[in-house]
Amino acid sequence: MKLNLGGITEAGRSLKNHTGTWRYKIPVINKEKCTGCGVCELFCPDSSIVITGGLASIDETYCKGCGICVRECKLEAIKMQPEGEESR
Amino acid sequence: MSVNQGSIKCREIMQGSIAVAETVGALEPGVIGVYPITPQTHIVEHLARLVANGNINSKYINADSEFSAASILYGASAAGVRSYSASSSQGLLLMTEVIFNMAGTRLPAVFSAVNRSLSPPINIQVDHQDTMTLRDSGLIQLYVENIQEAVDTHIQIFRIAEDLDVLLPAMVCMDGWIISHAYEPVTLWQEEAIRDFTGVFFPPYEVNPQKPLTYGALTDDDKITEFKYMVDAALGRAEEKIIQVAGDFKKAFGSYHGDVVETYYTEGAETIILAMGSIAGTIKVAIDQLRAENKKVGLLKIRSFRPFPASRIREVLSGAKTAVVIDRSFSASSGGILGSEVKAALYQQNGPFIINYIAGIGGRELYPHNIKEIITESEKLSAAGTVPDKALFYNLNSALI
Repeated sequence: MKLNLGGITEAGRSLKNHTGTWRYKIPVINKEKCTGCGVCELFCPDSSIVITGGLASIDETYCKGCGICVRECKLEAIKMQPEGEESR
Repeated sequence: MSVNQGSIKCREIMQGSIAVAETVGALEPGVIGVYPITPQTHIVEHLARLVANGNINSKYINADSEFSAASILYGASAAGVRSYSASSSQGLLLMTEVIFNMAGTRLPAVFSAVNRSLSPPINIQVDHQDTMTLRDSGLIQLYVENIQEAVDTHIQIFRIAEDLDVLLPAMVCMDGWIISHAYEPVTLWQEEAIRDFTGVFFPPYEVNPQKPLTYGALTDDDKITEFKYMVDAALGRAEEKIIQVAGDFKKAFGSYHGDVVETYYTEGAETIILAMGSIAGTIKVAIDQLRAENKKVGLLKIRSFRPFPASRIREVLSGAKTAVVIDRSFSASSGGILGSEVKAALYQQNGPFIINYIAGIGGRELYPHNIKEIITESEKLSAAGTVPDKALFYNLNSALI
């Protein structure tokens, strides 16, 4: 691979940058508590949460693990857990 | 030297700013992004006149700040458009963030920097602190001695900046007032000859909505050193281009002011002065007077400060006993900026004693008698082997401090 002059590349580079690798904790959704209200989806700075079938789901490829969703969820339906922990 | 008569448009006594604006106008940059600041304003005012009168078809954009003016050039250059701006002093500092970005993104554009002191206190006179402060950006910087050299260098620098082996922003640094506002006899060249010489800018990338690109992407530590190295290497390659373009210009127009440096009586000289900008003209007068007294003195004028012509400097200074560097700028606590770099270039070379003077700050005049005094003092220090490590502030009025 050769670097492009001036770092100019094709558009949509953020799709190729798998920011999920930066994460050391991952948000986990409690399906009992989640109502699919969409507040976490709105606040996620990386568009890594989508509401599907009435439930929040995390896009693990891009979620950086910032935890903003946990703070914003008024139903306490999201918890941060260490990456790769069995209990999740 | 015989000037190529066929390429002359006119020979007149005219103001430096107007001569530069006429020359840049002849190149018809696609985009001119401007914000006024003394002493640069006459250049962009005259370009505005050329656009308003329908003489040229450039898109002339008045920005809300120098930061925006430079950003307009970034966008225009990314779109493959030849672009131009001019500024001075605080205005250049406000452009700094954008200039680093342009160099890193390898977007060529040409700036006229009309040198002026930095605030505070506010001072609108010449020194080189403004442009020298941009030295680490990856920008090409050529310093000129007089109006004719300013005109000719503006033509040369578009070709250097837009060369596919270079692709960097570039700046012609011309002393405020002494070059921008003074009137001198100057030759302006035919538009066609100028355009033939500079050619057309073909960027490696283009902004095209059908094929979107990312500019200014994020890079981690695994590639960032390599990107920075590529800027360093491109600026290094510019040295050869500057030499080549100066030679081609001489052939096409018959006008020559040196390439990366200009030498004046350096052959066999015992004392060589190094300087940049209009002071070189004053030094030449002093040297003519000293040569008439059989004093072996010469001038090494640095035209290209970036890229820095270290090997040429070593070569020219190799036989000298004393080198005197006159700096119109300094890095606080460290000394004159040109002086520090000349010392670094000669490290472990067994070369001449190097005496660094900081002089001509904020428009303080330097006459031929001042130059002769600097030479005499330096030769004394050199002969006694008592050369100070630190740069000397010339004619510092201690009573005021």
